[in-house]
Amino acid sequence: MTHAASSPAPETVPQQRPSGQPFLSVRDLLVHFPTVDGVVKATDGLSFDLARGKTLGIVGESGSGKSVSSSTILGLQRGTRAIVKGEILLDGTDLLSISDEQMRLRRGRDVAMIFQDPLSAMHPYYTVGNQIGEAYMVHHDVSKKAARARAIEMLDRVGIPQPDRRVDDYPHQFSGGMRQRAMIAMGLINDPGLLIADEPTTALDVTVQAQILDLLQDLQREFNSAIIIITHDLGVVAEMADDVLVMYAGRCVEYGPTKEILTQPQMPYTWGLLSSVPDVAGDTESRLVPIPGNPPSLLNPPSGCAFHPRCAHLDKVPGNLCRTDLPDLTPATTGGNHVKRCHLVHPEDVWAKEVLPEIAPELAEQNQEPTA
Amino acid sequence: MRRIFAGVIMLILMSLVTYVLFFSGGLHPERAACGKNCSPAQWEQTKKALGYDKPAVVQWGEFLKGTVAGRTYPEDKALAKANPSLVSTCPAPCLGYSVVNTTNVSTEVKTAFPVSFSLAILAFIMWIVGGVFFGVIAALRRGTVVDRGIVGVSLIFYAFPTFWIGLFFLKFFAIQWQIFPVPSYVNLTDSPLAWLGNLVLPSLTLALIYMAGYVRMTRAFVLESFGEDYLRTARAKGLPNRRVLVKHSLRASLTPIVTMAGLDFGALVGGAIITESVFNYDGLGALAVDSVRTLDLPTIVGLVVVLAAFIILANIVVDILYAVIDPRVRLG
Ligand SMILES: Nc1ncnc2c1ncn2[C@@H]1O[C@H](COP(=O)(O)OP(=O)(O)OP(=O)(O)O)[C@@H](O)[C@H]1O
Ligand code: SF4
Ligand SMILES: [Mg+2]
Repeated sequence: MTHAASSPAPETVPQQRPSGQPFLSVRDLLVHFPTVDGVVKATDGLSFDLARGKTLGIVGESGSGKSVSSSTILGLQRGTRAIVKGEILLDGTDLLSISDEQMRLRRGRDVAMIFQDPLSAMHPYYTVGNQIGEAYMVHHDVSKKAARARAIEMLDRVGIPQPDRRVDDYPHQFSGGMRQRAMIAMGLINDPGLLIADEPTTALDVTVQAQILDLLQDLQREFNSAIIIITHDLGVVAEMADDVLVMYAGRCVEYGPTKEILTQPQMPYTWGLLSSVPDVAGDTESRLVPIPGNPPSLLNPPSGCAFHPRCAHLDKVPGNLCRTDLPDLTPATTGGNHVKRCHLVHPEDVWAKEVLPEIAPELAEQNQEPTA
Repeated sequence: MRRIFAGVIMLILMSLVTYVLFFSGGLHPERAACGKNCSPAQWEQTKKALGYDKPAVVQWGEFLKGTVAGRTYPEDKALAKANPSLVSTCPAPCLGYSVVNTTNVSTEVKTAFPVSFSLAILAFIMWIVGGVFFGVIAALRRGTVVDRGIVGVSLIFYAFPTFWIGLFFLKFFAIQWQIFPVPSYVNLTDSPLAWLGNLVLPSLTLALIYMAGYVRMTRAFVLESFGEDYLRTARAKGLPNRRVLVKHSLRASLTPIVTMAGLDFGALVGGAIITESVFNYDGLGALAVDSVRTLDLPTIVGLVVVLAAFIILANIVVDILYAVIDPRVRLG
């Protein structure tokens, strides 16, 4: 708190935002939860950048720290015993060093979040319009009536039919897809620069999923917002994301442009994720290979590379390196800003010769032909 | 409507059970009326005069009829004819005539009810306000000294016997320090201020027992609501903490509290026996104790019906409130 007190108001902070600096820049984010059983290392050393109008996909198994990392951007861990370190620069302001009240004023206005299960994410006792309007009123000095009008406008914008009537419905009177539309309306009502969508379609059936993703893309174009989309579904990533960040055991294990991550991944865990997607390359012969083993405990992560107990390729790394040394995030052989966390020296060869033929034989043949 | 109907059926059955159980217990309610030196012949005569010679079910039938059509006493028609001056009437809805107290049961209830009801309603307000207030504070300060202090103190009050707390209040607040009057019931219509002043100590005694449960319940439900997704949504909107607590968390915690409170209140009207006797209040609880001691069957049956009706009513009110609070109940 001493920090907040001694730091000047945000207006007087010199504009330290070189033209090249991205809209959102997360640097070395660490989120640990001290518990009776020990420290849960939910997020460790996470870094990524995101520009306005762009989408970052965060993928990873259950419990890999996706939700924790993203809700930390909203400051939702404030007031808990969580230990948070690093920097979250939004438009040049470090969200981790501003006061609780300043963070609250940004929440919902500069950064908004929509959640996985729209039924439990809405209060069962208040109308949809009340809850959406409330999100507007807290950041705008307007009357209830004006907030309601604005809520109707947003409901209309997200494709709710007869919004002037549905605005007075309760969440349980909406269908699942409509509820998620309403949540999106609530999230975007203040035109936030950054929207975090935590598995926005997981609870919905497939046709509705596609509609919601379309809607998000439409709105992103209209509002020019940056979106972080968290998902288990690489299909969602393929459709939505410009960049992908793969998380494993609280760490980033691979990060880069979506196209490269999906076609030239360089880390065995990402290979595993791709193998467990039925149809990522549009290939009907591909085999569904789930990753063997269970996600690691964040209380007691495995030594060295956290993925080593489940990795099929650690024998290709000399010595016992995978078990003893945590690999650094290093540039991938594809270059650019593609990075991976793995000791393999020639992951691109292993991918082309061993993994791809296994999961997508057709694709592998196409790739081989020119060289053969 | 259906619930009211079911409630009435239940009341009828409960009165039947009371009659049957009473007589199957081999009790002789006419004994007291007969006097100390009661010869067997006199005994029989009294029994007949009071109508206790008939089978329990028949007596029950007459009771039911009386609630609709009213009754006259004594039951024995020949006796009534012989001594017209003895006849007393009990207009509908007649709950019976108490020989022990020589008055109609409905009159007894009418006198005692305001006492118990005043006590219950004031205690109710105290424990709800106190319970919710301290429960919320404990939840907000969970794990701290404040939290443990609140829960601990409320448990102490819960653990101490009512009569002890009552006597303690009486001795110190009323007699020693004279902050409050030594309680005796004053009618609300006579003097609202005296009514209230006299009720403070007894209601507080009663409230303290219930408060412990409500502190813990409120604390638990508020903490539970903190883990709900919709509370996270409320915070993610940027709502101030107070608004998150009052509008989102408390509203959700209210449902179970209202349910419990309604039922507790219904039961309390007739159940404040100890408090009423400590403070010498002639309420329904005191009346119930006396009627059982003197085997005053009409009063017992009358109280069973009135108190059960109150509990059933409380249940119905809770159901209605439920629908008011929760739109999922209201709108299906
Ligand atoms: N407040 C907390 N205290 C202790 N541990 C926590 C807390 N919040 C989250 N965790 C732990 O942090 C880890 C990461 O959780 P997180 O919710 O970020 O996973 P996730 O990647 O979003 O998983 P999912 O796909 O199931 O949503 C989990 O092991 C979780 O148990
Ligand atoms: S570092 Fe070793 S264990 Fe970890 S993913 Fe790479 S090869 Fe597998
Ligand atoms: Mg999650």
